[in-house]
Amino acid sequence: MNGMLRLAYKLLVNDRAKFAALLVGITFAVFLMVQMTSMFAGVLSRASSTVLNIGAKVWVMDPAVNTVASSIGMPDYVLDFARSVDGVRYAVPLYSAGALVKLKDGTFQPVTVIGLDDTSLYGRPLLKQGRIEDIYAENGFFVVEDAEYGKLGRPGIGAEFELNDHRAVIVGVAGVASSGLFGIPTLYTTYSRAQQYIPSTRYTTAYILVEPKSAADIPHIKAEIAGIGYRALTREEFIDRISTYYKYRTGLGTNILLMTVISFIVGLSISGQTFYTFILENLEKFGALKAIGTKGRELVWMILFQATFVALTGLGLGIGLCTALIFAARLRLPDYAAEITASNLLMAFGMVILIAAISSYIGVRRVLRIEPFDIFRG
Amino acid sequence: MAGVSIAAKGLSKWFGEGEARTKAVQEVTFDVKLGEILYIIGPSGSGKTTLLSMISGILRPNEGTVAVEGTDLWSLDTDRIADLRLNKIGFVFQDYHLFPRLTTAENVAIPLILRRRPWDEALATALTYLDVVGLKSRADLPPVKLSGGEQQRVAIARAMIGQPDILILDEPTASLDGDTGRNIVSFIKHEVMNDDRSIVIVTHDSRIYEFASRILNMEDGRLTGITEGQANAA
Repeated sequence: MNGMLRLAYKLLVNDRAKFAALLVGITFAVFLMVQMTSMFAGVLSRASSTVLNIGAKVWVMDPAVNTVASSIGMPDYVLDFARSVDGVRYAVPLYSAGALVKLKDGTFQPVTVIGLDDTSLYGRPLLKQGRIEDIYAENGFFVVEDAEYGKLGRPGIGAEFELNDHRAVIVGVAGVASSGLFGIPTLYTTYSRAQQYIPSTRYTTAYILVEPKSAADIPHIKAEIAGIGYRALTREEFIDRISTYYKYRTGLGTNILLMTVISFIVGLSISGQTFYTFILENLEKFGALKAIGTKGRELVWMILFQATFVALTGLGLGIGLCTALIFAARLRLPDYAAEITASNLLMAFGMVILIAAISSYIGVRRVLRIEPFDIFRG
Repeated sequence: MAGVSIAAKGLSKWFGEGEARTKAVQEVTFDVKLGEILYIIGPSGSGKTTLLSMISGILRPNEGTVAVEGTDLWSLDTDRIADLRLNKIGFVFQDYHLFPRLTTAENVAIPLILRRRPWDEALATALTYLDVVGLKSRADLPPVKLSGGEQQRVAIARAMIGQPDILILDEPTASLDGDTGRNIVSFIKHEVMNDDRSIVIVTHDSRIYEFASRILNMEDGRLTGITEGQANAA
């Protein structure tokens, strides 16, 4: 390490009380910022879990749909129309609705039932146990082994239960990439069986899943679908639409943003004030260094190094603390929705650098203003 | 200019503007010779510290010139003046200004660290200088654990470590009792002084005048006289 930076490091670290206060401030701020945004990222990710798990490239839906769970049935002609659009390789219906399962102990458990196109089973989950063709067996359902699996009593193949007063048999156990947001177990069956078991409105097609011939065909498909009053979205657009809904139309995003901003202000206040006090206490010493022959820019580097060092250490500790908390929470609550994403980390890094920049800016101004002559004058 | 380390000519410094303008130093001219200990004495507010700051490259004079080893100090840019201070001048401040969070050895090593010498080498050299001032055994202690006299010696070791040609001491005995003050200046005269070095001491402590080669008397910002010191007389 460069001698001057090592000097700066020692001046910072050896002042244990202030160093600890700085670390606590930044760690706490990072912890809160990462925790808040991770929770939100978890919520957003889970809100789009069906879109991710089904995996279709293009989704056709009613224009009023904002989330997967709030689907609005479409008449059959939409499916027929979608199949007739140039550039569509194939289009299949998807059923999605809620139902009640009566467990062996007599209690009821709400579930989400996904009905896959009978002929193609497009959007089927990856099976961990069982065979895909068994979905056609009488009363056959796949159960998803996710965080909510336990709410159905962890049923294996052959397990039976009542679903809306119909007999249902587990014929396969599936895995999915992402668990749902609302803590409800998921069952897969065929489209026709879902229609048969679950009382519904006149239109039963929740979504139409479209496989385009090529990515270049997607704009045309979207325009054609829009022409009959419905909406076609790519997978990414649908996820973005769901995220936008939760961010801006539920109050969730605003609250998380407020908490993140408050965390930032708390971190900035604690570390800014502590760092400024640290600089003030050492101001005469910095003046002495100037008198001895240190250049102004070298002092600026020393202060920037100190601020950056404490900021990055606090960032690491904050992220570590947040990771530990999420890990501990998941031990108790398997469906705890929090995900530390790259963008969370990038945001925390940016915020911390901002805290370091603002804190050091105040310090740098004071240090550059101190005149060595003041040191002589005492 | 042989034999002269600092040549000050017509130095003036004033603070403030208009009616509030105060003349701190007025048209002071003098030399600091190699191998001498020059005292600048005078009552408080007589301009001693201002003069010291101007000849050491810390405070720009309003009028006059300062030549350090033949170089016109105030014609240099800020960075070169800082380099000159770092390489040619050693400072001992009145309040020492030691870093309480560093060890004694690290404090002494600072000028070498600022000269970008390797950390370990700078610390090793610092131990040598601490040995010179009799404080090697205190190398790992923070300065706050040392007495006033010991801290002063640490400050002297820090000023000496870069082997400067000029040593500037501001009120070196102000915070010390009579015996300790005398011992410190005696130490400077006998252990720090040599024929290739000049030492400038600002003081109003008459108990240490015996170590001066020459004494500059300041009053109201003016140089009122230069007298030969007892050291020369001896």
